Amino acid sequence: MNDNLWTRCNSCQRILYKADILENLSVCPACSFHFRISASERLAMLFDDGQFEVFDHAILPVDFLKFVDTQKYSQRLGDNQKKTSLPEATVNAVGTMGGIKVVISAMDFAFMGGSMGSVVGEKITRAAERAVREKTPLIIVSCSGGARMQEGALSLMQLIKTSAALARLEEAKLPFISVITDPTTGGTTASYAMLGDINIAEPNALIGFAGPRVIEQTIKEKLPKGFQRSEFLLKHGMLDDVMQRKNLRAYIIRALRLFLNRPQ
Amino acid sequence: MSKSLDFYQLEKKIVELKEQIDQIQLSEEQGKKEKVAGLKLEIEKEWAKIAPKLTPTQIVQIARHPKRPYCLDYVNALMQDFMEMHGDRRFADDTAVVSGLAFYKGQTVAVVGQQKGRTTRERIERNFGEPNPEGYRKALRIMKTAEKFGFPIITLIDTPGAYPGIGAEERGQAEAIANNLKVISTMGVPIVCVIIGEGGSGGALAIGVGDTIMMLENSFYSVISPEGCAAILWKDQNAVEQAAQNMKIRAQDLLDLGVIDKIIPEPPGGAHIDCEQTFKNVDKHLNQALKKLEQKPVQELLEERYQKFRKMGIVLEK
Ligand SMILES: [Zn+2]
Repeated sequence: MNDNLWTRCNSCQRILYKADILENLSVCPACSFHFRISASERLAMLFDDGQFEVFDHAILPVDFLKFVDTQKYSQRLGDNQKKTSLPEATVNAVGTMGGIKVVISAMDFAFMGGSMGSVVGEKITRAAERAVREKTPLIIVSCSGGARMQEGALSLMQLIKTSAALARLEEAKLPFISVITDPTTGGTTASYAMLGDINIAEPNALIGFAGPRVIEQTIKEKLPKGFQRSEFLLKHGMLDDVMQRKNLRAYIIRALRLFLNRPQ
Repeated sequence: MSKSLDFYQLEKKIVELKEQIDQIQLSEEQGKKEKVAGLKLEIEKEWAKIAPKLTPTQIVQIARHPKRPYCLDYVNALMQDFMEMHGDRRFADDTAVVSGLAFYKGQTVAVVGQQKGRTTRERIERNFGEPNPEGYRKALRIMKTAEKFGFPIITLIDTPGAYPGIGAEERGQAEAIANNLKVISTMGVPIVCVIIGEGGSGGALAIGVGDTIMMLENSFYSVISPEGCAAILWKDQNAVEQAAQNMKIRAQDLLDLGVIDKIIPEPPGGAHIDCEQTFKNVDKHLNQALKKLEQKPVQELLEERYQKFRKMGIVLEK
Protein backbone atom coordinates (compact mmCIF):
# COMPACT_ATOMS: atom_id res chain seq x y z
CA MET A 1 0.00 0.00 0.00
CA ASN A 2 1.32 3.41 -0.91
CA ASP A 3 1.29 5.62 2.19
CA ASN A 4 1.17 8.73 0.10
CA LEU A 5 -2.03 7.82 -1.63
CA TRP A 6 -3.94 6.09 1.14
CA THR A 7 -4.82 7.00 4.69
CA ARG A 8 -6.88 5.62 7.54
CA CYS A 9 -9.86 7.55 8.88
CA ASN A 10 -9.30 8.46 12.55
CA SER A 11 -12.91 7.70 13.28
CA CYS A 12 -14.27 4.79 11.22
CA GLN A 13 -10.80 3.28 10.62
CA ARG A 14 -11.58 2.71 6.95
CA ILE A 15 -8.68 2.90 4.54
CA LEU A 16 -9.43 5.77 2.21
CA TYR A 17 -8.00 7.17 -0.97
CA LYS A 18 -6.47 10.51 0.03
CA ALA A 19 -7.69 12.31 -3.06
CA ASP A 20 -11.26 11.34 -2.18
CA ILE A 21 -10.91 12.94 1.23
CA LEU A 22 -9.36 16.10 -0.15
CA GLU A 23 -12.06 16.41 -2.74
CA ASN A 24 -14.57 16.12 0.08
CA LEU A 25 -13.12 19.14 2.01
CA SER A 26 -11.05 16.77 4.17
CA VAL A 27 -14.14 15.06 5.50
CA CYS A 28 -14.31 11.26 5.54
CA PRO A 29 -16.67 10.24 2.71
CA ALA A 30 -17.69 7.19 4.71
CA CYS A 31 -18.41 8.54 8.21
CA SER A 32 -18.24 12.35 7.91
CA PHE A 33 -15.29 12.59 10.28
CA HIS A 34 -13.87 16.10 9.92
CA PHE A 35 -10.10 15.98 9.53
CA ARG A 36 -8.10 18.92 10.82
CA ILE A 37 -7.13 21.26 8.00
CA SER A 38 -4.49 23.92 7.62
CA ALA A 39 -5.18 27.65 7.82
CA SER A 40 -4.60 28.07 4.09
CA GLU A 41 -7.01 25.23 3.22
CA ARG A 42 -9.55 26.83 5.53
CA LEU A 43 -9.19 30.27 3.99
CA ALA A 44 -9.40 28.86 0.46
CA MET A 45 -12.55 27.00 1.45
CA LEU A 46 -14.28 30.07 2.87
CA PHE A 47 -13.45 32.98 0.56
CA ASP A 48 -15.12 33.47 -2.81
CA ASP A 49 -13.29 31.49 -5.50
CA GLY A 50 -10.64 30.62 -2.92
CA GLN A 51 -9.19 34.09 -3.41
CA PHE A 52 -7.83 36.15 -0.54
CA GLU A 53 -5.06 38.48 0.45
CA VAL A 54 -2.97 37.59 3.48
CA PHE A 55 -1.97 40.45 5.79
CA ASP A 56 0.16 40.89 8.91
CA HIS A 57 2.13 37.87 7.80
CA ALA A 58 5.59 39.00 8.87
CA ILE A 59 4.91 39.10 12.60
CA LEU A 60 7.23 36.59 14.17
CA PRO A 61 7.41 34.99 17.61
CA VAL A 62 10.27 35.72 20.00
CA ASP A 63 11.66 33.44 22.70
CA PHE A 64 11.85 36.31 25.17
CA LEU A 65 11.74 34.09 28.26
CA LYS A 66 14.53 31.85 26.91
CA PHE A 67 12.17 29.01 27.71
CA VAL A 68 13.62 25.51 27.77
CA ASP A 69 11.59 22.42 28.51
CA THR A 70 12.57 19.16 26.85
CA GLN A 71 13.53 21.41 23.96
CA LYS A 72 14.33 25.09 23.54
CA TYR A 73 11.30 27.18 22.64
CA SER A 74 13.36 28.90 19.94
CA GLN A 75 14.10 25.47 18.49
CA ARG A 76 10.43 24.49 18.66
CA LEU A 77 9.48 27.66 16.83
CA GLY A 78 12.00 26.99 14.09
CA ASP A 79 10.85 23.40 13.71
CA ASN A 80 7.21 24.39 13.54
CA GLN A 81 7.89 27.14 11.06
CA LYS A 82 9.70 24.66 8.86
CA LYS A 83 7.04 21.99 9.25
CA THR A 84 4.10 24.28 8.47
CA SER A 85 5.77 26.92 6.28
CA LEU A 86 3.95 29.38 8.52
CA PRO A 87 5.44 32.11 10.73
CA GLU A 88 2.89 31.43 13.47
CA ALA A 89 -0.34 29.68 14.44
CA THR A 90 -2.88 31.96 12.80
CA VAL A 91 -3.21 33.51 9.36
CA ASN A 92 -4.98 36.83 8.76
CA ALA A 93 -6.62 37.40 5.42
CA VAL A 94 -9.06 39.71 3.74
CA GLY A 95 -11.34 38.92 0.84
CA THR A 96 -15.01 38.47 0.08
CA MET A 97 -17.63 35.91 1.00
CA GLY A 98 -20.74 36.03 -1.12
CA GLY A 99 -19.44 39.36 -2.38
CA ILE A 100 -19.21 40.79 1.14
CA LYS A 101 -15.80 42.01 2.24
CA VAL A 102 -14.67 40.17 5.39
CA VAL A 103 -11.57 39.78 7.52
CA ILE A 104 -10.79 36.22 8.55
CA SER A 105 -8.19 34.95 10.97
CA ALA A 106 -7.78 31.19 10.62
CA MET A 107 -5.79 29.23 13.18
CA ASP A 108 -3.54 26.34 12.29
CA PHE A 109 -3.29 23.51 14.80
CA ALA A 110 -0.16 22.14 13.13
CA PHE A 111 1.80 25.11 14.48
CA MET A 112 2.44 24.23 18.13
CA GLY A 113 -1.09 22.98 18.66
CA GLY A 114 -2.50 26.31 17.57
CA SER A 115 -1.38 27.74 20.88
CA MET A 116 -1.84 31.45 21.50
CA GLY A 117 1.24 33.43 22.34
CA SER A 118 2.05 37.07 21.66
CA VAL A 119 1.87 36.71 17.88
CA VAL A 120 -1.52 35.00 17.75
CA GLY A 121 -2.89 37.55 20.22
CA GLU A 122 -1.44 40.40 18.20
CA LYS A 123 -2.78 39.07 14.90
CA ILE A 124 -6.26 38.38 16.21
CA THR A 125 -6.27 41.89 17.69
CA ARG A 126 -5.10 43.41 14.41
CA ALA A 127 -7.72 41.44 12.51
CA ALA A 128 -10.40 42.91 14.79
CA GLU A 129 -8.91 46.39 14.52
CA ARG A 130 -8.76 46.16 10.74
CA ALA A 131 -12.39 45.04 10.67
CA VAL A 132 -13.29 48.14 12.72
CA ARG A 133 -11.20 50.42 10.49
CA GLU A 134 -12.62 49.07 7.26
CA LYS A 135 -16.10 48.47 8.67
CA THR A 136 -16.13 44.80 7.74
CA PRO A 137 -17.37 41.75 9.60
CA LEU A 138 -14.82 39.56 11.34
CA ILE A 139 -14.59 35.79 11.28
CA ILE A 140 -12.18 33.84 13.46
CA VAL A 141 -11.72 30.13 12.86
CA SER A 142 -10.40 28.73 16.12
CA CYS A 143 -8.33 25.58 16.38
CA SER A 144 -6.13 25.78 19.42
CA GLY A 145 -4.99 24.10 22.59
CA GLY A 146 -5.08 27.44 24.43
CA ALA A 147 -2.49 29.86 25.73
CA ARG A 148 1.13 29.07 24.92
CA MET A 149 3.04 28.16 28.07
CA GLN A 150 6.42 29.10 26.61
CA GLU A 151 5.49 32.78 26.66
CA GLY A 152 4.32 32.70 30.25
CA ALA A 153 1.93 35.32 31.57
CA LEU A 154 2.17 37.36 28.37
CA SER A 155 0.28 34.55 26.63
CA LEU A 156 -2.39 34.83 29.28
CA MET A 157 -2.63 38.57 28.67
CA GLN A 158 -3.54 37.89 25.03
CA LEU A 159 -6.94 36.75 26.30
CA ILE A 160 -7.63 40.25 27.57
CA LYS A 161 -6.09 41.95 24.57
CA THR A 162 -8.16 40.03 22.03
CA SER A 163 -11.37 40.25 24.06
CA ALA A 164 -10.93 44.01 24.47
CA ALA A 165 -10.43 44.34 20.70
CA LEU A 166 -13.66 42.40 20.16
CA ALA A 167 -15.43 44.77 22.56
CA ARG A 168 -14.43 47.59 20.20
CA LEU A 169 -15.75 45.62 17.24
CA GLU A 170 -18.99 45.28 19.14
CA GLU A 171 -19.09 49.02 19.88
CA ALA A 172 -18.69 49.59 16.13
CA LYS A 173 -21.71 47.30 15.64
CA LEU A 174 -19.87 44.99 13.30
CA PRO A 175 -20.65 41.29 13.21
CA PHE A 176 -18.22 38.75 14.61
CA ILE A 177 -18.69 35.13 13.64
CA SER A 178 -16.76 32.62 15.70
CA VAL A 179 -16.16 29.31 13.95
CA ILE A 180 -14.89 26.69 16.37
CA THR A 181 -13.12 23.60 15.09
CA ASP A 182 -11.53 20.55 16.63
CA PRO A 183 -9.95 21.08 19.10
CA THR A 184 -10.47 24.44 20.79
CA THR A 185 -9.70 24.56 24.49
CA GLY A 186 -8.26 26.64 27.31
CA GLY A 187 -7.53 30.30 26.82
CA THR A 188 -8.73 30.36 23.24
CA THR A 189 -12.18 29.17 24.24
CA ALA A 190 -12.06 31.52 27.23
CA SER A 191 -11.59 34.53 24.99
CA TYR A 192 -12.52 35.13 21.35
CA ALA A 193 -13.89 31.69 20.48
CA MET A 194 -16.86 32.17 22.82
CA LEU A 195 -17.50 35.82 22.00
CA GLY A 196 -19.16 35.62 18.59
CA ASP A 197 -22.44 37.25 17.72
CA ILE A 198 -22.87 33.71 16.62
CA ASN A 199 -20.71 30.81 17.71
CA ILE A 200 -20.78 27.87 15.35
CA ALA A 201 -18.77 24.68 15.36
CA GLU A 202 -17.91 21.82 13.09
CA PRO A 203 -19.39 18.44 14.13
CA ASN A 204 -17.83 16.54 17.00
CA ALA A 205 -15.18 19.16 17.70
CA LEU A 206 -13.66 19.09 21.18
CA ILE A 207 -14.52 22.45 22.74
CA GLY A 208 -13.99 23.34 26.35
CA PHE A 209 -12.18 25.31 28.97
CA ALA A 210 -10.42 22.58 30.93
CA GLY A 211 -8.99 19.61 29.09
CA PRO A 212 -10.88 16.32 29.52
CA ARG A 213 -7.91 14.69 31.25
CA VAL A 214 -7.64 17.48 33.81
CA ILE A 215 -11.34 17.17 34.56
CA GLU A 216 -11.11 13.40 34.92
CA GLN A 217 -8.19 13.75 37.31
CA THR A 218 -10.07 16.37 39.33
CA ILE A 219 -13.41 14.62 39.68
CA LYS A 220 -11.93 11.12 39.60
CA GLU A 221 -14.57 9.69 37.33
CA LYS A 222 -14.94 8.88 33.66
CA LEU A 223 -16.47 11.58 31.55
CA PRO A 224 -19.78 10.94 29.80
CA LYS A 225 -19.67 10.11 26.10
CA GLY A 226 -19.79 13.16 23.88
CA PHE A 227 -18.76 15.45 26.74
CA GLN A 228 -17.26 18.75 25.47
CA ARG A 229 -18.13 17.92 21.89
CA SER A 230 -19.91 20.37 19.59
CA GLU A 231 -23.29 18.70 19.97
CA PHE A 232 -22.90 18.76 23.77
CA LEU A 233 -22.18 22.50 23.67
CA LEU A 234 -25.12 23.10 21.37
CA LYS A 235 -27.36 21.27 23.82
CA HIS A 236 -26.01 23.31 26.72
CA GLY A 237 -26.57 26.61 24.99
CA MET A 238 -23.00 27.57 24.14
CA LEU A 239 -23.35 27.41 20.35
CA ASP A 240 -25.81 28.73 17.81
CA ASP A 241 -25.40 25.74 15.56
CA VAL A 242 -23.25 22.84 14.48
CA MET A 243 -22.36 22.93 10.80
CA GLN A 244 -20.96 20.30 8.49
CA ARG A 245 -17.89 21.67 6.75
CA LYS A 246 -19.57 21.44 3.37
CA ASN A 247 -22.34 23.75 4.59
CA LEU A 248 -20.14 26.18 6.48
CA ARG A 249 -19.45 28.70 3.74
CA ALA A 250 -23.08 29.01 2.68
CA TYR A 251 -24.13 29.30 6.33
CA ILE A 252 -21.67 32.11 7.01
CA ILE A 253 -22.72 34.02 3.90
CA ARG A 254 -26.35 33.76 4.96
CA ALA A 255 -25.43 34.93 8.46
CA LEU A 256 -23.45 37.87 7.08
CA ARG A 257 -26.37 38.92 4.90
CA LEU A 258 -28.71 38.75 7.85
CA PHE A 259 -26.40 40.72 10.14
CA LEU A 260 -25.79 43.33 7.49
CA ASN A 261 -29.45 43.44 6.52
CA ARG A 262 -28.73 42.59 2.91
CA PRO A 263 -31.47 40.41 1.43
CA GLN A 264 -30.58 38.87 -1.90
CA MET B 1 18.25 19.92 39.20
CA SER B 2 18.15 19.17 42.91
CA LYS B 3 14.84 19.54 44.64
CA SER B 4 14.71 22.75 46.65
CA LEU B 5 13.82 22.75 50.30
CA ASP B 6 10.23 22.99 51.40
CA PHE B 7 9.32 26.53 52.42
CA TYR B 8 7.71 25.22 55.59
CA GLN B 9 11.11 23.91 56.68
CA LEU B 10 12.78 27.17 55.76
CA GLU B 11 10.39 29.32 57.75
CA LYS B 12 10.49 27.22 60.95
CA LYS B 13 12.66 29.63 62.89
CA ILE B 14 10.62 32.64 61.79
CA VAL B 15 7.40 30.93 62.81
CA GLU B 16 8.90 30.23 66.24
CA LEU B 17 9.88 33.86 66.62
CA LYS B 18 6.43 34.96 65.54
CA GLU B 19 4.86 32.63 68.13
CA GLN B 20 7.05 34.23 70.80
CA ILE B 21 5.84 37.66 69.69
CA ASP B 22 2.22 36.52 69.87
CA GLN B 23 2.76 35.17 73.40
CA ILE B 24 4.39 38.37 74.58
CA GLN B 25 1.59 40.42 73.06
CA LEU B 26 -0.93 38.42 75.09
CA SER B 27 1.05 38.60 78.32
CA GLU B 28 1.15 41.45 80.78
CA GLU B 29 4.86 41.47 81.33
CA GLN B 30 6.86 44.68 81.34
CA GLY B 31 8.94 45.91 78.43
CA LYS B 32 6.69 44.20 75.90
CA LYS B 33 7.39 46.72 73.20
CA GLU B 34 11.15 46.37 73.38
CA LYS B 35 10.97 42.60 73.44
CA VAL B 36 8.68 42.49 70.41
CA ALA B 37 10.89 44.93 68.54
CA GLY B 38 13.88 42.74 69.31
CA LEU B 39 12.14 39.63 68.05
CA LYS B 40 10.98 41.44 64.94
CA LEU B 41 14.54 42.39 64.26
CA GLU B 42 15.50 38.74 64.55
CA ILE B 43 12.81 37.80 62.07
CA GLU B 44 14.15 40.43 59.74
CA LYS B 45 17.68 39.04 60.03
CA GLU B 46 16.50 35.51 59.49
CA TRP B 47 14.42 36.57 56.48
CA ALA B 48 17.36 38.44 54.98
CA LYS B 49 19.15 35.09 54.85
CA ILE B 50 16.22 33.24 53.28
CA ALA B 51 14.61 35.75 50.93
CA PRO B 52 17.34 36.22 48.34
CA LYS B 53 17.58 32.47 47.78
CA LEU B 54 13.89 31.71 47.44
CA THR B 55 13.07 29.66 44.37
CA PRO B 56 9.89 30.16 42.33
CA THR B 57 8.31 27.02 43.80
CA GLN B 58 9.02 28.29 47.30
CA ILE B 59 7.28 31.52 46.32
CA VAL B 60 4.36 29.38 45.15
CA GLN B 61 4.31 27.78 48.59
CA ILE B 62 4.19 31.18 50.26
CA ALA B 63 1.40 32.25 47.94
CA ARG B 64 -0.52 29.09 48.87
CA HIS B 65 0.41 29.22 52.54
CA PRO B 66 -2.57 28.10 54.65
CA LYS B 67 -2.02 31.02 57.04
CA ARG B 68 -1.81 33.65 54.31
CA PRO B 69 -4.45 36.38 54.49
CA TYR B 70 -7.36 35.71 52.15
CA CYS B 71 -9.76 37.98 50.32
CA LEU B 72 -12.20 38.53 53.19
CA ASP B 73 -9.34 39.22 55.61
CA TYR B 74 -8.44 42.25 53.50
CA VAL B 75 -12.05 43.30 53.16
CA ASN B 76 -12.54 43.16 56.93
CA ALA B 77 -9.26 44.91 57.66
CA LEU B 78 -9.48 47.70 55.10
CA MET B 79 -13.16 48.34 54.51
CA GLN B 80 -16.26 49.12 56.50
CA ASP B 81 -19.86 47.95 56.29
CA PHE B 82 -19.11 45.25 53.73
CA MET B 83 -22.41 44.03 52.37
CA GLU B 84 -21.94 40.74 50.61
CA MET B 85 -24.09 40.30 47.52
CA HIS B 86 -24.85 36.74 46.60
CA GLY B 87 -25.68 34.88 43.43
CA ASP B 88 -25.45 35.33 39.69
CA ARG B 89 -29.24 35.51 39.18
CA ARG B 90 -28.85 32.66 36.70
CA PHE B 91 -27.94 29.48 38.50
CA ALA B 92 -26.39 29.69 41.93
CA ASP B 93 -24.28 31.49 44.46
CA ASP B 94 -20.68 30.46 44.02
CA THR B 95 -18.98 30.40 47.40
CA ALA B 96 -15.53 30.52 45.81
CA VAL B 97 -16.19 34.13 44.91
CA VAL B 98 -17.18 36.89 47.32
CA SER B 99 -18.51 40.18 46.12
CA GLY B 100 -20.35 43.18 47.39
CA LEU B 101 -20.25 46.82 48.32
CA ALA B 102 -18.28 48.40 51.14
CA PHE B 103 -16.93 51.73 52.25
CA TYR B 104 -13.28 52.35 51.54
CA LYS B 105 -11.72 55.66 52.57
CA GLY B 106 -15.15 57.08 53.11
CA GLN B 107 -16.71 56.13 49.80
CA THR B 108 -18.59 53.18 48.37
CA VAL B 109 -16.58 50.70 46.36
CA ALA B 110 -17.39 47.33 44.87
CA VAL B 111 -15.10 44.53 45.87
CA VAL B 112 -14.88 41.09 44.32
CA GLY B 113 -12.41 38.31 44.92
CA GLN B 114 -11.87 34.60 45.12
CA GLN B 115 -12.14 33.23 48.64
CA LYS B 116 -10.31 30.24 50.04
CA GLY B 117 -11.19 28.41 53.23
CA ARG B 118 -9.07 28.27 56.35
CA THR B 119 -10.18 24.91 57.76
CA THR B 120 -10.74 21.67 55.89
CA ARG B 121 -14.48 22.20 56.03
CA GLU B 122 -14.19 25.78 54.87
CA ARG B 123 -11.84 24.83 52.10
CA ILE B 124 -14.38 22.38 50.75
CA GLU B 125 -17.19 24.91 51.19
CA ARG B 126 -15.19 27.47 49.23
CA ASN B 127 -14.26 24.85 46.61
CA PHE B 128 -10.59 25.65 47.31
CA GLY B 129 -11.11 29.08 45.80
CA GLU B 130 -11.80 27.60 42.36
CA PRO B 131 -14.81 29.38 40.90
CA ASN B 132 -17.51 27.91 38.71
CA PRO B 133 -19.00 30.00 35.89
CA GLU B 134 -21.63 31.42 38.21
CA GLY B 135 -18.84 32.87 40.35
CA TYR B 136 -17.55 34.89 37.43
CA ARG B 137 -21.07 35.87 36.44
CA LYS B 138 -21.75 37.01 39.99
CA ALA B 139 -18.55 39.05 39.96
CA LEU B 140 -19.60 40.65 36.69
CA ARG B 141 -23.06 41.41 38.04
CA ILE B 142 -21.64 43.27 41.03
CA MET B 143 -19.12 45.07 38.82
CA LYS B 144 -21.93 46.19 36.53
CA THR B 145 -23.80 47.48 39.55
CA ALA B 146 -20.70 49.43 40.51
CA GLU B 147 -20.47 50.88 37.02
CA LYS B 148 -24.11 51.87 37.12
CA PHE B 149 -23.62 53.87 40.30
CA GLY B 150 -20.13 55.09 39.44
CA PHE B 151 -18.30 53.20 42.18
CA PRO B 152 -14.68 52.16 41.78
CA ILE B 153 -14.01 48.44 41.67
CA ILE B 154 -11.39 46.56 43.66
CA THR B 155 -10.63 42.95 42.80
CA LEU B 156 -8.64 40.66 45.08
CA ILE B 157 -7.25 37.72 43.15
CA ASP B 158 -6.39 34.44 44.83
CA THR B 159 -7.23 31.23 43.00
CA PRO B 160 -5.52 28.08 41.78
CA GLY B 161 -7.71 28.45 38.69
CA ALA B 162 -11.24 28.14 37.39
CA TYR B 163 -12.79 24.87 38.53
CA PRO B 164 -12.37 22.05 36.01
CA GLY B 165 -15.59 20.07 36.42
CA ILE B 166 -18.45 18.67 34.38
CA GLY B 167 -20.98 21.22 35.58
CA ALA B 168 -18.54 24.07 35.04
CA GLU B 169 -18.13 23.05 31.41
CA GLU B 170 -21.87 22.51 30.93
CA ARG B 171 -22.60 25.99 32.21
CA GLY B 172 -19.90 27.61 30.09
CA GLN B 173 -16.78 28.20 32.15
CA ALA B 174 -15.02 29.50 29.03
CA GLU B 175 -17.90 31.76 28.05
CA ALA B 176 -18.12 33.18 31.56
CA ILE B 177 -14.43 34.09 31.59
CA ALA B 178 -14.42 35.41 28.01
CA ASN B 179 -17.48 37.54 28.62
CA ASN B 180 -15.93 39.04 31.76
CA LEU B 181 -12.79 39.98 29.85
CA LYS B 182 -14.78 41.69 27.12
CA VAL B 183 -17.28 43.48 29.33
CA ILE B 184 -14.88 44.57 32.06
CA SER B 185 -12.51 46.01 29.46
CA THR B 186 -15.11 48.70 28.70
CA MET B 187 -16.45 49.45 32.18
CA GLY B 188 -16.43 53.17 32.80
CA VAL B 189 -15.19 53.19 36.39
CA PRO B 190 -11.69 52.83 37.85
CA ILE B 191 -10.67 49.22 38.47
CA VAL B 192 -7.75 48.17 40.65
CA CYS B 193 -6.73 44.51 40.77
CA VAL B 194 -4.52 43.07 43.46
CA ILE B 195 -3.11 39.56 43.23
CA ILE B 196 -2.89 38.63 46.88
CA GLY B 197 -1.95 34.94 46.55
CA GLU B 198 -2.37 32.65 43.60
CA GLY B 199 -2.93 34.20 40.20
CA GLY B 200 -4.03 30.98 38.57
CA SER B 201 -4.44 31.41 34.82
CA GLY B 202 -7.81 32.24 33.24
CA GLY B 203 -9.50 31.71 36.58
CA ALA B 204 -7.58 34.69 37.95
CA LEU B 205 -7.76 36.70 34.76
CA ALA B 206 -11.55 36.73 34.74
CA ILE B 207 -11.42 39.36 37.49
CA GLY B 208 -7.98 40.61 36.46
CA VAL B 209 -8.89 43.27 33.92
CA GLY B 210 -8.22 46.67 35.38
CA ASP B 211 -6.47 50.01 35.17
CA THR B 212 -3.86 49.26 37.80
CA ILE B 213 -2.69 45.71 38.42
CA MET B 214 -0.70 45.10 41.56
CA MET B 215 0.85 42.01 43.07
CA LEU B 216 1.91 41.21 46.56
CA GLU B 217 5.61 40.48 46.64
CA ASN B 218 5.24 36.75 47.26
CA SER B 219 2.20 36.09 45.14
CA PHE B 220 2.49 34.59 41.67
CA TYR B 221 0.68 34.98 38.38
CA SER B 222 0.87 32.26 35.81
CA VAL B 223 -0.53 31.06 32.50
CA ILE B 224 -0.83 27.55 33.97
CA SER B 225 0.09 26.10 37.36
CA PRO B 226 3.72 24.99 37.58
CA GLU B 227 2.39 21.46 38.20
CA GLY B 228 0.25 21.58 35.07
CA CYS B 229 3.09 22.95 33.00
CA ALA B 230 5.49 20.28 34.26
CA ALA B 231 2.97 17.56 33.43
CA ILE B 232 2.34 18.81 29.90
CA LEU B 233 5.75 20.02 28.72
CA TRP B 234 8.10 17.84 30.76
CA LYS B 235 5.67 14.97 31.32
CA ASP B 236 7.31 14.78 34.72
CA GLN B 237 5.89 15.83 38.08
CA ASN B 238 9.43 16.40 39.34
CA ALA B 239 9.93 19.19 36.83
CA VAL B 240 7.76 21.64 38.76
CA GLU B 241 10.74 23.78 39.73
CA GLN B 242 11.94 24.07 36.12
CA ALA B 243 8.42 24.84 34.96
CA ALA B 244 8.02 27.59 37.55
CA GLN B 245 11.43 28.98 36.75
CA ASN B 246 10.88 29.01 33.00
CA MET B 247 7.45 30.59 33.10
CA LYS B 248 8.64 33.60 35.14
CA ILE B 249 5.77 33.76 37.56
CA ARG B 250 7.12 36.02 40.29
CA ALA B 251 6.02 39.59 40.87
CA GLN B 252 9.35 41.06 39.76
CA ASP B 253 9.28 39.03 36.52
CA LEU B 254 5.79 40.24 35.76
CA LEU B 255 6.71 43.82 36.50
CA ASP B 256 9.63 43.47 34.10
CA LEU B 257 7.35 42.00 31.43
CA GLY B 258 4.87 44.85 31.86
CA VAL B 259 2.08 42.56 33.01
CA ILE B 260 1.67 44.36 36.34
CA ASP B 261 2.14 47.95 37.44
CA LYS B 262 3.31 47.63 41.00
CA ILE B 263 4.67 45.23 43.59
CA ILE B 264 3.28 45.59 47.09
CA PRO B 265 5.97 44.66 49.61
CA GLU B 266 5.31 41.97 52.20
CA PRO B 267 6.69 42.00 55.74
CA PRO B 268 9.71 39.82 56.53
CA GLY B 269 8.67 36.16 56.53
CA GLY B 270 5.78 36.79 54.16
CA ALA B 271 2.27 38.20 54.50
CA HIS B 272 1.18 35.58 57.04
CA ILE B 273 3.93 36.44 59.54
CA ASP B 274 2.61 39.96 60.04
CA CYS B 275 -0.90 40.33 58.63
CA GLU B 276 -1.36 43.81 60.12
CA GLN B 277 1.66 45.10 58.26
CA THR B 278 0.46 43.40 55.07
CA PHE B 279 -2.92 45.09 55.34
CA LYS B 280 -1.21 48.44 55.85
CA ASN B 281 0.93 47.97 52.76
CA VAL B 282 -2.01 46.94 50.60
CA ASP B 283 -4.07 49.81 51.97
CA LYS B 284 -1.42 52.35 51.09
CA HIS B 285 -0.96 51.21 47.51
CA LEU B 286 -4.64 50.60 46.89
CA ASN B 287 -5.51 54.07 48.07
CA GLN B 288 -2.77 55.67 45.98
CA ALA B 289 -3.85 53.81 42.87
CA LEU B 290 -7.52 54.65 43.28
CA LYS B 291 -6.84 58.33 43.94
CA LYS B 292 -4.81 58.57 40.78
CA LEU B 293 -7.42 56.82 38.65
CA GLU B 294 -10.35 58.78 39.99
CA GLN B 295 -8.92 61.97 38.56
CA LYS B 296 -9.08 60.67 35.00
CA PRO B 297 -12.03 61.38 32.73
CA VAL B 298 -13.82 58.17 31.73
CA GLN B 299 -12.79 58.32 28.08
CA GLU B 300 -9.14 58.68 29.02
CA LEU B 301 -9.44 55.88 31.54
CA LEU B 302 -10.92 53.52 28.95
CA GLU B 303 -8.44 54.42 26.23
CA GLU B 304 -5.54 53.90 28.62
CA ARG B 305 -7.00 50.59 29.77
CA TYR B 306 -7.28 49.42 26.17
CA GLN B 307 -3.75 50.53 25.33
CA LYS B 308 -2.37 48.95 28.50
CA PHE B 309 -3.37 45.45 27.39
CA ARG B 310 -2.98 46.27 23.70
CA LYS B 311 0.76 46.69 24.28
CA MET B 312 1.22 43.38 26.06
CA GLY B 313 3.12 40.78 24.12
CA ILE B 314 6.52 40.60 22.50
CA VAL B 315 6.75 40.03 18.76
CA LEU B 316 9.24 40.66 16.00
CA GLU B 317 7.85 42.51 13.03
CA LYS B 318 9.74 42.36 9.77
ZN1 LIG C 1 -14.43 7.77 8.52
